[in-house]
Amino acid sequence: MSAVSIIVVSIVGAGLFAVAFGPDAAKLVRRRRDRGDSRPQQLRERLPDPGRELRAERRAEDLLRSVAGEEAYEAYRALGFLHVYGGEGALGRPSYGYLIYPHKPLVSYDVESGELLSELCVGFPDRTEGEFGERLPDADDVLAKWMALSGDERSLVDAANMHLPGRQLDPDHVRRDVLRMSEWTSSATSSTYGSSDIA
Amino acid sequence: MKPGHGDQLLAEGDPKVAEEEAELIEAFRRQLDQGMWAAVPTRESGGRREATMVRDFDEVPRDAERVIFFPPAAGG
Repeated sequence: MSAVSIIVVSIVGAGLFAVAFGPDAAKLVRRRRDRGDSRPQQLRERLPDPGRELRAERRAEDLLRSVAGEEAYEAYRALGFLHVYGGEGALGRPSYGYLIYPHKPLVSYDVESGELLSELCVGFPDRTEGEFGERLPDADDVLAKWMALSGDERSLVDAANMHLPGRQLDPDHVRRDVLRMSEWTSSATSSTYGSSDIA
Repeated sequence: MKPGHGDQLLAEGDPKVAEEEAELIEAFRRQLDQGMWAAVPTRESGGRREATMVRDFDEVPRDAERVIFFPPAAGG
């Protein structure tokens, strides 16, 4: 094939390609250009903003402090969980209690023996607004559990999935937390704290 | 309580003032219509802190400082 015929074939080929794929190629280029403009904005919206999350967590801790009290807040900061007693047993003393971890199962335990009774898997997913996901700040999650246990234990327990201890949390770790909580409670000097059922 | 926000003020007013009470009731109902749970923080005479869950505006104590709304519990 001569050079002239190769050039002619190339020109005809390019023309056929332009006719066959030109509109699609142009659309592809336009789409990429448009996407190129908006993608950074979308990425920015989707990326977690540590500053915003930190501000939300601080607000949540302030709310926890004002609702559950200074001592509960201090215990939460020191231990990483809250504590609330359940129903009363003999002599009006609580027979069981709960450890409330942020975004982890509640753990019920026997007050007298310290034996772990159950894990209650429960959360507060917010399905009304997806902008920031479903997850409450840690302190809000803990406070929501504390308020629900304090105000309507039955509804919270009914909503939870109940399992034997050890399904999600290491039982030895939780037993140590029960001990830490007891030590914290006994070392607290505040009279308010001493009469409180939260740690 | 909102993901990514912490708590947000939805409405504020004096329930003894009829107009403000109507606004509070409307805000309360809007939250419950969205399926939110509502709790009123309380303090016992001994200083013990507790919370009362409420399902109607009439259940909110007249001297309550605030009502806190949070998403309903779901098994995890």
